[in-house]
Amino acid sequence: MDAEAAKLIGAGLAAIGAGMAAIGVGNVFGSFLESALRNPAAADGQQGRLFIGFAAAELLGLLAFVVAMILIFVA
Amino acid sequence: MAGEEGKIDPMHQFEIKPIFDGGFEIAGQAINFTNSALWMILTFIALWIFMLGGMKREIIPGRWQVMVESMSNFVTNMLTSNVGEAGRKYVPYVFSLFMFILFANILGMLPIGVLGLKPFTVTSHIAITGILAVLSFSIVLIVGFWKHGLHFFSLFVPHGTPLPMVPFIAVIEFISFMIRPFSLGLRLFVAMTAGHVLLKVLGGFVINSTNAGAGYGALVGIPSFMLMVGISALELLVAVIQAYVFALLTSLYINDAENLH
Repeated sequence: MDAEAAKLIGAGLAAIGAGMAAIGVGNVFGSFLESALRNPAAADGQQGRLFIGFAAAELLGLLAFVVAMILIFVA
Repeated sequence: MAGEEGKIDPMHQFEIKPIFDGGFEIAGQAINFTNSALWMILTFIALWIFMLGGMKREIIPGRWQVMVESMSNFVTNMLTSNVGEAGRKYVPYVFSLFMFILFANILGMLPIGVLGLKPFTVTSHIAITGILAVLSFSIVLIVGFWKHGLHFFSLFVPHGTPLPMVPFIAVIEFISFMIRPFSLGLRLFVAMTAGHVLLKVLGGFVINSTNAGAGYGALVGIPSFMLMVGISALELLVAVIQAYVFALLTSLYINDAENLH
């Protein structure tokens, strides 16, 4: 396979990581909403943890984006 | 890839170039007043005006003062709930960090392209976000070693770890501690870069499909444009969330340094 083609295929495959991170972020907010509706009084106190979970899940998706950008523009 | 015939180069917007001629050289590196520096100064001026308008200390606060006070209360609450009373002395640092990132993110989103000007997102360069992250990380290190001395290393062994597990846990905790400045800087930089690239790619769709003919324009261009409007709103949300996450994680790391765990 041509090296240039392999790079582009790799960058495309990195998009799977972004999709996985979408599942992760959706899971974080979904679970939060689910439990926040059960106990709305306690929900406000957990907002910090919500965003920590969001940040952790999102970072991995952003790393997939970085991999794609490195493959396309740097490698 | 980039810069082919008829293609919109989505990375062109991140190019740093000098605005004025007449830079000088230090050790082979050209030192110039660049568009990045210009937008940092604009961010600073906007922040200055925002703060100045709200610091009149009136008994009955006007709208502007309420805006500024709710911002600073927000950061103060974040620090006191995460760090405790000891967190109050970090309010100036975390507040300036939060406001600078917030203003830089939002100023980079300004639609002044219609006036022929070029907005530039300062936080879309890892050189800037990395420095901010290293600043936060070095505050954690300095405070931690200042306050706890060598006892700070107990951060790497959480309470109640069984003795056989200590070597493994310590290595894992050490790695996760050392990776913090990278993840902190990288998150902000990539989130801003990704959003702006996405907007430019969609903009390229609109332009190229309209050039290809009215049918393509209606079929591809109009849905892309509507998507762009939605993504722009999402980007404003991301700009706020990323500034919040940066400040939140900084306050969590400061908590580690202040209280160990």
